[in-house]
Amino acid sequence: MNLFDIMGPVMVGPSSSHTAGAVRIGRVCLRILGEKAERAKIHFHGSFALTGVGHGTDKAVVAGLMDMETYDIRIPQSFELARENGMEFTIDTVDLKDAHPNTVLMELKGKSKSIKIQASSLGGGRISIDEIDNIKTSFTAEYPTLVVHNEDKAGHAAHVTKMLAEKNINIASLRSYRDKRGGFAIMVVETDEPIPIEVIGELEKKEGIIKVTYVNVI
Amino acid sequence: MAFKSVKELLERSRETGREVWQLIMEEDANDRNVGTEDSFEKMRSMWKAMKASSDSYDPSLRSSSGLSGGDGHKVREYRQKCISGEFMGDVIAEAIGMAESNACMRCIVAAPTAGSCGVIPAVLIPYVNKYGTDEEKIVRGLFVSAGFGQIIAERAFIAGALGGCQAEIGSASAMAAAMLVYLQGGSPQQSASALAFALKSLLGLVCDPVAGLVEVPCVKRNVIGAVNAITSADMALAGIETMIPADEVIDAMRAVGAAMPSSLRETAEGGLAATPTGIEIAERMPVLK
Ligand code: SF4
Repeated sequence: MNLFDIMGPVMVGPSSSHTAGAVRIGRVCLRILGEKAERAKIHFHGSFALTGVGHGTDKAVVAGLMDMETYDIRIPQSFELARENGMEFTIDTVDLKDAHPNTVLMELKGKSKSIKIQASSLGGGRISIDEIDNIKTSFTAEYPTLVVHNEDKAGHAAHVTKMLAEKNINIASLRSYRDKRGGFAIMVVETDEPIPIEVIGELEKKEGIIKVTYVNVI
Repeated sequence: MAFKSVKELLERSRETGREVWQLIMEEDANDRNVGTEDSFEKMRSMWKAMKASSDSYDPSLRSSSGLSGGDGHKVREYRQKCISGEFMGDVIAEAIGMAESNACMRCIVAAPTAGSCGVIPAVLIPYVNKYGTDEEKIVRGLFVSAGFGQIIAERAFIAGALGGCQAEIGSASAMAAAMLVYLQGGSPQQSASALAFALKSLLGLVCDPVAGLVEVPCVKRNVIGAVNAITSADMALAGIETMIPADEVIDAMRAVGAAMPSSLRETAEGGLAATPTGIEIAERMPVLK
């Protein structure tokens, strides 16, 4: 464990899993949406549903959706701030099969995009993105991460690796997840260096690539 | 990589003639691929954040469950009458206040966890007020504390869900004890003894938060963590040596934690959480529908 995981992090309490992790989930999901969230349906499962109010998990997720950091002192006021900023949200509970006890399922809508994400808080502020648009995934957003929605056909991974190689960006991992029914896949690429904005624009122009979002909230 | 054992850390210090805090800072800089100044400044920012949370303690705040708030202030008002003296009064007040701030969604420094965030500041802030320690020395002390904590995390655990409260409040107490010895000019071996005393005295402490919230008994357990750190440091500084070496104590903590049933590891199914009152409190907590 990193020395500043022992002495630190600086965070808004009370819980690294139920508060700090929840802020992080909100923030990562906002990045995956790729624009300001105007409407959010938030569904809590397991321990999040049971102890979420007492741990401020509800306020924490909304704060994350407003792009706040885990140490932002405005987290307790996130509901009011969200309303002032024109973000509508609803919070309820859900019973998910085979999900980690600290799980939240979110349906987010922005001006032009919408997305459904299931994520869990693993403890110590670490999180995992477990599902995007009903496709199972597994990544932590601890690296700069590209999330590529693409048609399930050959050659897309090559586009991505070639483009990143040209920019001298080292790939830490590349995984592809697909819908069982076929037709649609999500590629998750974790890199050692941050990815320049133009790469994302260029990738989006490639045939068969539906949408590219970039998450860098380290 | 972090040090794997207290023994290794102490040996390295002896061989190289470098101080323990320096070795820990250098390991961190190496680990994160940054300069040692960067590491030092980051630790300084942890101290500043601790001070800031302490200074902004608000006695009027209550947690959303209604279980925490205002008790730190009561001890502050009472400090002059403290049986254990004013210094200990400040320690108690600081420990409770910080843990209450955490429960009330204020900004704190997890050290090593959010639940145990009151322990280190509760010994450090009154200590600094009493001895006028300069900031460079304080930051070095925090390196000592974090470095020993890292060894505990490496060999055992620091999360209540994994090892019970001995892993959280126990580890925080051990880290604080080692730090106090350093600040008082004790030797690294004395820091190791203080760490061992502190951990030994809290060995077996279970994690049993009422209603699953980091409030009851957590807030007041920060007090025993802090007080135990001070008495452990004093024993070591008086020249008492630990019979069981620090590394073996840490390993025992791991074994005890592993043997704990899951009902005593943060699930709120045992201990105080399972008392009639604990259950009643849990039943009247606000829940999402
Ligand atoms: S009882 Fe559990 S939740 Fe509370 S401080 Fe101890 S380890 Fe943390």
